[in-house]
Amino acid sequence: MAVEPILELRDVHTSYGAIKALKGVSLTVRPGEIVTIIGANGAGKSTTLMAICGIIGLQQGEIYYNGEPIHGQDADLLPPKGLCQVPEGRRIFPRLTVEENLEMGAFFRRDTKAIQQDMAHVFDLFPVLEDRRTQKGGTLSGGEQQMLAIGRALMSRPKLLLLDEPSLGLAPMIVQKIFEIIATINQDGTTILLVEQNANIALQSAQRGYVLETGRITMEDDARKLLDNPRIREAYLGEV
Amino acid sequence: MLWLLGLLWPLMGIHADGTLSFGKAFTVWLYVLAGTIVIVALVILHKQGLLTWAGAPLKMLRAPAAATTARIPTWIWIAIAAAAAFVFPQFADRYGQDVAINVLVYVCLGLGLNIVVGLAGMLDLGYIAFYGVGAYTYALLSVYYQLSFWLSLPVAACTACIAGCIIGYPTLRMRGDYLAIVTLGFGEIVRIILNNWMQLTNGPNGVLGIKAPGLYLPDWSGGFSFEHLYLKKLHYLYYVILLLAIFTILAVRRLNISRIGRAWEAIREDETAAELMGVNTYLLKLLAYAMGAIFAGLAGAFFAARMRFVSPESFTFLESATVLAMVVLGGMGSIPGIILGALALIVLPEMFREFELYRMLCLGGAMVLMMLFRPGGFITAKRLGRRSEDKEG
Repeated sequence: MAVEPILELRDVHTSYGAIKALKGVSLTVRPGEIVTIIGANGAGKSTTLMAICGIIGLQQGEIYYNGEPIHGQDADLLPPKGLCQVPEGRRIFPRLTVEENLEMGAFFRRDTKAIQQDMAHVFDLFPVLEDRRTQKGGTLSGGEQQMLAIGRALMSRPKLLLLDEPSLGLAPMIVQKIFEIIATINQDGTTILLVEQNANIALQSAQRGYVLETGRITMEDDARKLLDNPRIREAYLGEV
Repeated sequence: MLWLLGLLWPLMGIHADGTLSFGKAFTVWLYVLAGTIVIVALVILHKQGLLTWAGAPLKMLRAPAAATTARIPTWIWIAIAAAAAFVFPQFADRYGQDVAINVLVYVCLGLGLNIVVGLAGMLDLGYIAFYGVGAYTYALLSVYYQLSFWLSLPVAACTACIAGCIIGYPTLRMRGDYLAIVTLGFGEIVRIILNNWMQLTNGPNGVLGIKAPGLYLPDWSGGFSFEHLYLKKLHYLYYVILLLAIFTILAVRRLNISRIGRAWEAIREDETAAELMGVNTYLLKLLAYAMGAIFAGLAGAFFAARMRFVSPESFTFLESATVLAMVVLGGMGSIPGIILGALALIVLPEMFREFELYRMLCLGGAMVLMMLFRPGGFITAKRLGRRSEDKEG
């Protein structure tokens, strides 16, 4: 392992009240990769991302970003460091316009010119957003909202992008399109940690994968090998 | 309609001396019934398109009227409104000036509350507490230390701001209903403290002998000197509060279009998402409370200076509810809307003084209707600032 990991979780524990959500999650993401975490409902996938972003506090364990400990840090300090999340269920700002939503993504930045360039870049990736730039976020369709959420995160110029269930509630065609764009973003140099229930498409687009079951990492391998693993095929890809 | 009769009769049919009557309740009910039938008939006719002939000339009038109003730039409207506000006391009598001062006080309060409720989206039911803190700050400074109004204004703003932070700090983790209840409790705590701290506030008897705002005027009679003048006359006071209101409007507008305003809106829309975008939600929510409290504190100091008497009775929950009603009725987040809301909720009850008994009933009914038909308020908030619509349009 020559390359320094961009993100490293060491034995992370969290809980919601008395209920333990993560019981010792360790994983690494190296620069330039697409890494995916797959798992069933309630396995702790979203909790893992929220813990990385500092929304949920840790009970135990450490999180390092670019070699720097970020556990216990305030959530709002992370986007300026290049760590940004596209939360589950999009969570765009419904009563702000598309353009204002994108501007919010660049909230901590003050380089107006570069922000305009980045917005043009987002509109290149998602032409439909440019057509809807004055429309309120809440009036967009599900797929458009997902694009807006990704675009908003891109406005912060992330080095590491956390994506939580980008396929949630979307038509297969749109899912295909979103994953093509995720691949493009990755080729442009952004590392991606992808959380998905749709294991098939997630493992196809990722290089490595982790399997999360009831708060524990139970498997870790190349995405290809996980796709061929009979146990994974049975549990997550719906094959008997 | 029968339930209305059932509702009306106990109100109007049972008398204090123990007798019962049916006649009066029945007549009122008949009027309501007749009115309802007429309205329902009109609605049915309208749905079947039989009333278009009546609406057509109105529509023809409306289109050019809208075009002309749209052609006049906004600043002319603002200038007209400002000029009208400025010359108002010259034409109004004492009573009119009194009502106008009231309206302006509530404009300040409404705009301040709008920061907390309209922008940051936190329901505050104890907002009047900050008004009370501001009022008592000036009252006590004036009575004990003879501090002048102008010097006390920033102090009142500061104490209200501190009170805002005190209430803001423990409530930062709360959302929605829980927050509303805690703020409600805080409002009551402040009122009860004012009521019971006899040594300092003189309790329910209130604080007497507060000085009016003063002004130093140059005096040339017999050499050059400054004459100190207390602004006791109502129209002087009117200009003082007008100044404060204009200051509030300008400040709130600046906040609205700033990065801070945008961040508040993001917090209102989705707090977690805002945090993920790098917004320090903790600090900004506290700031929203503090800013809202500052404007209430300024208005409170003026209130004390005008009345020259304060007592805890002026700061009850009903006042908080009234201010909140203005914000919601006028249109959350919209400055002209809130001004209109304050105007409506102060002036209309004054105009209908004869119907004293039914005032609250009408007010309640009007609010229910407003929320049903215009949930955005009189003037729905227009997006402020450098926006894409402006660039293209």
